[in-house]
Amino acid sequence: MSTILEEERFITENYLNMDLLRFTTAGSVDDGKSTLIGRLLYDSKSIFADQLEAIEKTSENKGYGYVNLALLTDGLRAEREQGITIDVAYRYFATPKRKFIIADTPGHIQYTRNMVTGASTANLTIILIDARHGVVEQSRRHAFIASLLQIKHLVVCINKMDLVNYSQEVFETIKKDFEGFSTKLEVPDIHYIPISALNGDNVVDKSDNMDWYKGATLLYTLENVHIASDHNLIDARFPVQYVVRPMNDEFHDYRGFAGKVEAGIFKPGDEVIALPSGFSSKIKSIDFFGEQLNEAFPPMSVTLTLEDNIDISRGDMLVKANNQPEISQDIELMVCWLNEKKMIPNGKYVIKHTTKEVRCMIKEVRYKVDINTLHKNEEDKSIGLNDIGRILIRTTLPLFFDSYKKNRTTGSVIIIDEFTNETVGAGMII
Amino acid sequence: MYNLTHLKQLEAEAIHIMREVVAQFENPALLFSGGKDSICLVKLAEKAFWPSKIPFPLVHIDTGHNFPEAIQYRDELVARIGAKLIVGNVQDSIDKGTAVEEKGPNPSRNGLQTITLLETIEKYKFDACFGGARRDEEKARAKERFFSHRDEFGQWDPKNQRPELWNLYNGKKAKGEHFRVFPISNWTEMDVWQYIAAEQIPIPSIYFSHEREIVERDNMLLANSPFITLGKGEQVEKRIVRCRTVGDMTCTGVVESTASTLDEIIQEVSSARVTERGGRADDKRSEAAMEDRKKQGYF
Repeated sequence: MSTILEEERFITENYLNMDLLRFTTAGSVDDGKSTLIGRLLYDSKSIFADQLEAIEKTSENKGYGYVNLALLTDGLRAEREQGITIDVAYRYFATPKRKFIIADTPGHIQYTRNMVTGASTANLTIILIDARHGVVEQSRRHAFIASLLQIKHLVVCINKMDLVNYSQEVFETIKKDFEGFSTKLEVPDIHYIPISALNGDNVVDKSDNMDWYKGATLLYTLENVHIASDHNLIDARFPVQYVVRPMNDEFHDYRGFAGKVEAGIFKPGDEVIALPSGFSSKIKSIDFFGEQLNEAFPPMSVTLTLEDNIDISRGDMLVKANNQPEISQDIELMVCWLNEKKMIPNGKYVIKHTTKEVRCMIKEVRYKVDINTLHKNEEDKSIGLNDIGRILIRTTLPLFFDSYKKNRTTGSVIIIDEFTNETVGAGMII
Repeated sequence: MYNLTHLKQLEAEAIHIMREVVAQFENPALLFSGGKDSICLVKLAEKAFWPSKIPFPLVHIDTGHNFPEAIQYRDELVARIGAKLIVGNVQDSIDKGTAVEEKGPNPSRNGLQTITLLETIEKYKFDACFGGARRDEEKARAKERFFSHRDEFGQWDPKNQRPELWNLYNGKKAKGEHFRVFPISNWTEMDVWQYIAAEQIPIPSIYFSHEREIVERDNMLLANSPFITLGKGEQVEKRIVRCRTVGDMTCTGVVESTASTLDEIIQEVSSARVTERGGRADDKRSEAAMEDRKKQGYF
């Protein structure tokens, strides 16, 4: 029996009430990650006939004895030739309960950068472990990155259970092993599910081969994991993106501050302070396409107007008087390096933080993290592609920020090479 | 209780991206095809900058092979919202000799659009162009960024795309380079239809069921028009059809359908067995067709 009811799925009323779960998948080429995603898409009827036809043809040409669902997710020709995934690919499917966005990232050591990218917008991470091999270095690395990026929910799928005779003992041993390691991490919610992506056991439908497993299937878990409280609703932060000034007859003196609520709740009448000026005013209205809203919360994009005419521009931030972010030019970061060109000690870079752009200098590398052992290396401080380290920077102007742990959006920065304009680093403020 | 539904989240994300572009770039434009995706973009742009008018022009790259209904819709829309419209004509590129009409039994001006698009971008010095592409449309698009960097030749290098993290978008560029920006990257075909229904956005009449002369070719139904040359054994028939996408008349397939309301279209899309691009001859030429066209600077 399929859990997806076609008739129920697309009634507009239901569709408009669905929420959104973004998750990332991590696993190596051989863990069956692509097969698992193919299975989710296939069993949730998110694959169309022409797509299926294309992969059937390719499977046949390549001499596979079965329809290789992994082919569905291997997008670029360069990858198909090499048989590996070289970038973050986004996939979509929906059930009557939720809509899902998968950031599909490759698992090789050299692709830490892609995992970090995929995880930066995710609520949940699926880690795949081959039941025959148990917890390997790579599983630990994936879990560490999920934790570093403050992903609150981890689903550990122990895959290929069909190849270990659906053994409960194997499952329990791997689970215990992973638990021993995960106590060092900061992931509050971890699930363990024995599956076979190839055969579909416990992916969408409950497996008949593992009566001993009393937990939920993967899809049920994805549909029901509680994500409503993942947003920070306490520390109100509104970085100003753009000033709306229509300058027409009807809205002659209108000055609206357009932006996205990055944390907290704003209501008309709220006393707010504009940073960096420190001037205060009250919210006059929260505008959205002619409507006046009673409140705005993350991740809404709205336009605020204020009672007083104070000077505010892009890069400024509206906050509440009794709850202000940190303001500093000296900032400690955990950084993941994304570029072949190594980080230059004392080098100058451009930083993007919320809607603000400043220049900065790398003052110091505190340590580099061995992402397999979590050991802090204070001897080798060179930060190159896929390295993760703790650094101290000084910015030309103060930033208004929170720690990444407190709020992902006001606690994150990207680092840009001034000469090539490439995004070379991702930073999480400590 | 403070939980935004998925469509509201997608809307908020798209609006955020549009505002970023207007803040980060000097001279943006919105590529408008008359199709439902670019119609959604226009609605999102109206929302992003209200009560201001949309602070950038709409650009239509016109192959000259249009559904007349799409052009009528375009002109009405532009008048209603008070936007500026710029049309780049493929015919002009052909007349200038920068584009050469395809030969053979199944000529299409679809590929030539790329040339005219790049010429238009250069002429008006656009540094960012919004497009309505979605990642669910086609394999090569699954890895597309929101901010997609193009070099000075307008080309896309899949191996040299900037990582995109959180909601921090890097639009920095050297002189002569530009960006394509795809605010509805994370939307699916169903999301677009549901949004159009929920927001009661008008769409061109050809999306709804109507009687039309068609030609059956390579398992596709093409709308008959002066731009189609009948092949051997091919004949014109009348069928009850509608368009799933709106593009160049010579290569956009129509589907047999009786769906005459948005609700009926949504029901049809939900049970459809072929992706919407499945009806486009331009994608069928080779398995990596889209990847190749993107590299050359296609939408």
